[in-house]
Order: sequence, then C-alpha cells, then structure tokens
Amino acid sequence: MDKVLSNKKIIALYVLPSLLLILAIVYIPIVLTAYYGLNKWNGIGAMTFVGLDNYLALFKDATFWNSAWHSLLLAVFSGISLLLYLIVAMVLAARINGANLFRKIYLIPMLLSSVAIAQLWLRIYHPTNGVLNSMLESLGFANPPAWLAEPSLVLYALFIPILWQYAGFYILIYYAALKNIPASLEEAAKIDGANALQIAWMIKLPLVMEVIKVTIVLAVVGSLKYFDLIFVMTDGGPNGASEVMASYMYHEAFRAYDFGYGSAIGFFLLVICLAVTWVIRKLTASKDTIQYS
Amino acid sequence: MVTRNIKIRNELPELKPGIGIKLGYSVLYAVLIVVAALQLFPLVWLLFFSLKNNQEVFNLPPLSLPMKPRWENYEKVWSAGNIDVYFFNSVWITISATVITVMLGSLVTYAVTRMKWKGSSLVLGLFMVAMMIPVHSTLIPLFSLFNKAGLTDHPLSLILSYVAFNMPITIMILLGFYYALPREVEEAAIIDGCSVNRMFFRIIFPMTSSVLATTAIINMIYNWNEFIFVNTFISSDSYKTLTVGVQNFIGQYTTDWGAIGATLMISILPILITFLFLSNRIVEGIAAGSVKG
Repeated sequence: MDKVLSNKKIIALYVLPSLLLILAIVYIPIVLTAYYGLNKWNGIGAMTFVGLDNYLALFKDATFWNSAWHSLLLAVFSGISLLLYLIVAMVLAARINGANLFRKIYLIPMLLSSVAIAQLWLRIYHPTNGVLNSMLESLGFANPPAWLAEPSLVLYALFIPILWQYAGFYILIYYAALKNIPASLEEAAKIDGANALQIAWMIKLPLVMEVIKVTIVLAVVGSLKYFDLIFVMTDGGPNGASEVMASYMYHEAFRAYDFGYGSAIGFFLLVICLAVTWVIRKLTASKDTIQYS
Repeated sequence: MVTRNIKIRNELPELKPGIGIKLGYSVLYAVLIVVAALQLFPLVWLLFFSLKNNQEVFNLPPLSLPMKPRWENYEKVWSAGNIDVYFFNSVWITISATVITVMLGSLVTYAVTRMKWKGSSLVLGLFMVAMMIPVHSTLIPLFSLFNKAGLTDHPLSLILSYVAFNMPITIMILLGFYYALPREVEEAAIIDGCSVNRMFFRIIFPMTSSVLATTAIINMIYNWNEFIFVNTFISSDSYKTLTVGVQNFIGQYTTDWGAIGATLMISILPILITFLFLSNRIVEGIAAGSVKG
C-alpha cells in the first residue's frame, strides 16, 4: 500500500501544476517587489539601481506615515468591533428560535462586491440627497456635514461601511465556534448554580479563545491591507485624508508611474502584515489547548 | 407573540419562570432585530431608489415606496451600456477559475494528506503561508510579468491570479475532510489492484462532493466580486467584469439616481439569488473556511 501511495510520478503530477502556479503568481512577485523597490523605474523604460533610496525615502515620507496611521486606526476599530460581534454571536447562540435566519441576514453585505457597497454608501453619505443627511435634517439637525468631503470626518465615515460589510462574517465565525461547545458543559455549570453571564464569561469565552485569536489576526491584517472600498469611495481624498497603505502604493505605482517607490511601499506592506501576524500569534499563544471533554 | 415562538430547553436558573424569562428573551430578540435592521436598511433603500425617478428620490422621504415602480430604470441600464457583456464575462471567468481551483486544490490536498512523500509538509506550508500575503504586495510585479507575457488585457491574467490566490483557502477547507477519510477505502481499493489515479478520480473525488460544493461557492463569491486585478490588468470593455464595469458605467449617470440604483441592483442580484437558494451551504462554507485557520 505504501508503495502505491508513494508513487513519485503521480505526486508530481498532482502537486506541480498548483505549486508552479503559486510560485509564479505569489512567491516570485514578492521577491520581485523587494527587488523593484531597490530601483528607480517608471514601469516601462529601463530600471536604474538605486539601492535603499526608495526604502529610506519611505521613512521620511509624511504622506506614507499618514496612510500607515490611517491603516492602523482601521485595524484598531476593527479589533474593537470584534467585541460587539462576539456579543451578538453570544445572543444568537443562546438557543433562540430563528437564529439561522438572523445569521443569514447578517451575512448578506459580506457577499456583495466592494464596488456595489461603495457606490451605495456614496449615496447614503451624499451631502444633500443622501439618506443619512435627510434623516438628520428631519430630526432637526440643520446643516449636517458633507461626510466624505470633511478631512476630519472622512476616515471615520469610511470605517462604518467597512465594519458593516464584515459584521456578518465575524458573527458567523463566533456563532459557529460557540455552537461547537457541547451543551453538557453549560448544563453542568447550571447545575452548579452559574448564571448566564458567568457561563458566558467563564465557560464559553475560554473555549472560543482560539477562534477569537484567529479573528483578531484576520481583522488586523485585513485592515492593514484594506483597499477596495476606500479606493472607490474617496480615492484617498480629500487631500490624502483617507489614504491607506495599499491605496498609496496604488497611486504611486499606477498614477504617478513610480513603480520603484510603489514596490517599496508594497514590500513594507508585506513585511508589516507578516510581522503583525507573527506578533499577534506569539502574544496570544497558549501553552495548553483546551479539550472539550 | 414573540415568546410563544421561543423554545427554552433549559430554563436559566437565576430567572424565575414566567415574566423574567419572557423579558430576558425579548431583550435578546430586540438586539438581534436591531442588528438585522442595520444590515438590511441600506439595501432596502437601494431597492427603493432603483425604482424611483430623481424627483421622487430627492423630494420624498427616503424609505417611502415609489409612487409607481419605474422598471424602465432597469430596462434603460441593461440596454444602454455594456452591462450584458460585463455580466457574461463575470459568469465565465468566475466559473472557469472556480473549476480549475477546486480541481487543482483537490489534487494537491489528496497528495498532501493521503500519499507518502518527504516534502509534503513543506509544500503544504507554502500554500498556507501564501494566505497571509497581501494581494497588493504582488500587484506591481504581476502587472509587469503579465505585460511581458502579453497577458495584460487578457482574461487569462485574471483566471491565473484568481486560481493562485484562492488555492490556499480551498486547500484549507478540503484538508480537514481529506484527513477524516477512512483508510479502509484506499486499502480495499489497492488490494483490488486499483491505481492511484483511478482511486482518486473514481472513489475519493466523488466522496468529497459535499465539501467541494462548499469550496466552490466560496471561490465563486470571491471571484465574482474581485476588483483590483480587473481594474489593474484589464483595459478594454470587452473583457471587463461586472465589478469594474459597474464602476465605470455609473460614471456616466452621476445624476440619475434611479439608473444608478438599477445598475447596482443588477450587479448584486445574482449573488442574492444564489444566496437565497444555497444559503445553508454558503453559511457553512464561510464558517468552515475561517474557523480552521
């Protein structure tokens, strides 16, 4: 049996197409990103090797640090919102009728394209005709702000649809994890006199900790590389007030035709995503794994 | 009315049966309903304004029904632009990328989980690490590689990218299922003189049909909504997909809200209809795809 299952030709036939593809589309481009970052290049003409110039310029570029700060803010907001999602999932998992229907409704925004969501929210935020400002006006607020044109507000106005888009996704993950906890544990705790809050805090929370860690990584890394919605809704504006790392990279490469500098940003983005993943995993690593039974 | 529908398997001990439980569950329901309303409200508003003309959009309260539904908005945008071309492109590119990903992913997962060879964990690791790599960090080199290969403005650039970037999550969802397959099936087949190819294609692959459906749905949602690759690699209208096509198309109708609403509805309806029929699978698929991370 082992002989049949270690047939080298078959293994190569099964693995190589995918392996070559992922090397060509994912791994080789990463190496090239790092390398392009060492060059001055407009994307068409010849490359000039400039060493670490692009990377050093990056550290002095105020626009870049602004965009990095915006990405970080989004990561923090997403991290905090996970707590809300967890609470909703706990309510949903409390043996309630219709839980299925609710979690399906929550998931709908996540299925839609970022472009459709962005175009829809552009209209929600429209200064005169948008649903938000018409409601504020009918509630008696005269002159509500033009949300996306206000440099001090635009970033937070963009966070709302992003959190809206992913709410159902995280609620679903938490719900699935909570449902995996055997009912017997909860029943045993009840017999011992624990109330609903104690059960949630002392029994359910520790048991879904592993999943919470995964979602923290997903939310933080996802925020650091966030792009689509911001690109469509504000294109980083007004005047860079909503620029994030990925959109700044896109603008430098495909608008300013500075592919070398864009690549340096792209490489920094990669390093920061991998580093953050590693740090969160280290910080939240638990030595003993919890067994359900 | 609400409480009649609630099944209480175990009464929470700290609450006296009766009014306390009713009140507690009503609060829980209120939370769930508020969240559901927040998730649905923007979409209901979109549906309403897609059936109105500008005068109705701007002068009536946002959530008022259209005086008479103006279906001509839909007729107008469907026949006026290239929406049908974009729509068809989205369909065939999504389906081909999904079929290739699921097929190749199954082969890799089989080789990694069921066959015996030295590099299997290294290869698996390469696929899993790729999940943490931001798409944006590969964008500039991919663009120049596709450019050199004559693949920019060619659908193949999209299909190759979709397959490579969806391969890791596909393998991850399949992994658990393949690990759980009983060894006896393979033993019996080998004793009967079955070759690996025959065993995989005739026995194992059909056994995975339920998890294949799940991975295929996840792939389809990602591919259908993908934006940045289309936006970067494709320039001619005849190859654009719905996400980017809609974005450009709306530019021509900046003042006609009914037309914009109808365009957005057309772009999200296929996903919503799919969700209506396959919601259980989609919910399970997303849960399975994320929790195991």
